[in-house]
Amino acid sequence: MLKLILRRVALTLPTFVALMFVTFVAVRLVPGDPIEARTGERGIDPERLAALRHELGLDQPVWKQFLDYVYALLHGDFGVSIVTKTPVLHEFLILFPATLELALCALVFAVVLGVPAGVLAAVKRGSVLDHSVMAVALAGYSMPIFWWGLLLIMFMSEYLGLTPVSGRMDLINYYFEPVTGFMLIDSLLSGEDGAFSAAVAHLILPTIVLGTIPLAVIARMTRSSMLEVLGEDYVRTARAKGLSPLRVVGLHALRNALIPVVTVVGLQTGTLLAGAVLTETIFAWPGVGKWLIESISRRDYPALQGGIMLISAIVILVNLIVDMLYVAINPRIRHG
Amino acid sequence: MTALLSIRNLSVTFATGRGPFRAVDKVDLDVAPGELVAIVGESGSGKSVAMLAVMGLLPWIATVTADRMMFDGRDLLALSARERRKIVGRDLAMIFQEPMSSLNPCFTVGFQIREAMAAHLDLSRAQRQARAVELLELVGIPEPERRLKAFPHQLSGGMSQRVMIAMALACNPKLIIADEPTTALDVTIQAQILDLLLKLQKESGVGLVLITHDMGVVAETAQRVCVHYAGQQVEMQDTRGLFRDPHHPYTAALLAALPERAQGRLLPSIPGIVPGLADRPAGCLFSPRCRFATETCRTVPPPRAGAELGLALCHTPLIAGVPQRREFAA
Repeated sequence: MLKLILRRVALTLPTFVALMFVTFVAVRLVPGDPIEARTGERGIDPERLAALRHELGLDQPVWKQFLDYVYALLHGDFGVSIVTKTPVLHEFLILFPATLELALCALVFAVVLGVPAGVLAAVKRGSVLDHSVMAVALAGYSMPIFWWGLLLIMFMSEYLGLTPVSGRMDLINYYFEPVTGFMLIDSLLSGEDGAFSAAVAHLILPTIVLGTIPLAVIARMTRSSMLEVLGEDYVRTARAKGLSPLRVVGLHALRNALIPVVTVVGLQTGTLLAGAVLTETIFAWPGVGKWLIESISRRDYPALQGGIMLISAIVILVNLIVDMLYVAINPRIRHG
Repeated sequence: MTALLSIRNLSVTFATGRGPFRAVDKVDLDVAPGELVAIVGESGSGKSVAMLAVMGLLPWIATVTADRMMFDGRDLLALSARERRKIVGRDLAMIFQEPMSSLNPCFTVGFQIREAMAAHLDLSRAQRQARAVELLELVGIPEPERRLKAFPHQLSGGMSQRVMIAMALACNPKLIIADEPTTALDVTIQAQILDLLLKLQKESGVGLVLITHDMGVVAETAQRVCVHYAGQQVEMQDTRGLFRDPHHPYTAALLAALPERAQGRLLPSIPGIVPGLADRPAGCLFSPRCRFATETCRTVPPPRAGAELGLALCHTPLIAGVPQRREFAA
């Protein structure tokens, strides 16, 4: 087990090296640089431009800039944002709880609805229910996130007036110091009446928007995995024991069917964080995604590089955890 | 004799892409308490499907009809699914052909054995554990406490089948249906598993329906034999009578194909294969392969003969190997 973990960790090292290189180069391939982005159309005195470039180290050859960056990274230094002059890691850690809160809610939404929907569709295969679940899943998977988000805002917020349009909190009515960075928890801790329900109300639409694609993927995966498992001999054995259909499907079949689903859930964390970029922008959600988009338009190289590195590290870490989970739920690997 | 299991006119039809397929066609079966009845026939003759129908384990595309399906004084056809589940797994158990895939890979052997007891018997957790140990000892598995904690992939095929047998015995059933329990195993293990099954059957007095295509096994073990062909029951006799004087030409051909009865260098065989959905003959289903077939056999479905002729489904049942012309036409 320990050997397995170490091997998986070792495998992630080349990924990180490639990642450092690709983000560094890609960020610089975007036309313009941080200073041009800040001066805009006003233009800038060439001497001042050269001085600022020198100050940021942008006058160095790119290979040297890269080596300096790698050297700093290896010392745990993600650099300082060009725009805000605060350390990138510090900014990231302030914003990340918002993204994590949204991503976790979306994941829970996707799993809690997707797994039962897939199981029901498989058990009632060929029925109207099955066809409807699969049709909705296909539609959900195909829907562009930004369009789906706008549709929901128009219907739920504008037309029905049920949910807030954007943001994490109703800041006019409530203000409290962040303790954990998670609005659901902080609003409860604040003890203010209605703060928690306001936080929940703000979360509903972003959760649905971000969770739709994982929901569709999980429902389809659960269904096909379940269909395969339901035809297995051991499911027949379970039925031959006279067990209730709930136990046969919910325990004997589902336990096996979930093995590939867990892998898919792990892969969806990447989708969730990528989707968070769009979702946060649509809902003005003050998280890492929105911050990255802003960093792109400001050509804030350290913030962009650091943000992408940190997010990638999280995706890799989550997949590592999923691999461990996989071992835990599949005895054939544990003893293999 | 009050039959433990009594079936009349059992038919099973599968809805397939090319139309309905009748896998089991008007089959009768009686099993007395403690009796060992064998069902023999080639692959595809509907032996397993008929027994899965009794267990209620067929997939949803199957339609089961029968005039009677009584088990232990209860009408299986009239029971609700919930009531039927109280019988299946407790009084009526089944052992399958593929032991390796019949155990759930995600749960330990012990969990799977105790599960049936938890569902049907009023035993405490400790009692179930003790009974599980006892059962593994009974089926000849060494170190039962340790084996109970094992996962199925850690067991060999023979070991898995022993576990399946232990599982079937867990609730002291009245009837066990064993569906080719040794087919998937190594030849050396086959005899062990079969001996075990027969020993346990004798000791516990449980009724046993043994589905097999091994005539040698039938001769040694069964009290009565049903011969199935293409979903139909072509003959039923007590074992001694069947081997001495088979009345259906198919039974006769099966017995003639036994290696130990071979004369010369070539093993005798029955030419042709079991008819499928597309090429079912109009008359007797065995007529294309039968060396006694007449024009009537090819066009008119055969009548069922009396008990003295082994209920043979034949126009010209054999007596001492000679076809008997019958006066009545069907």
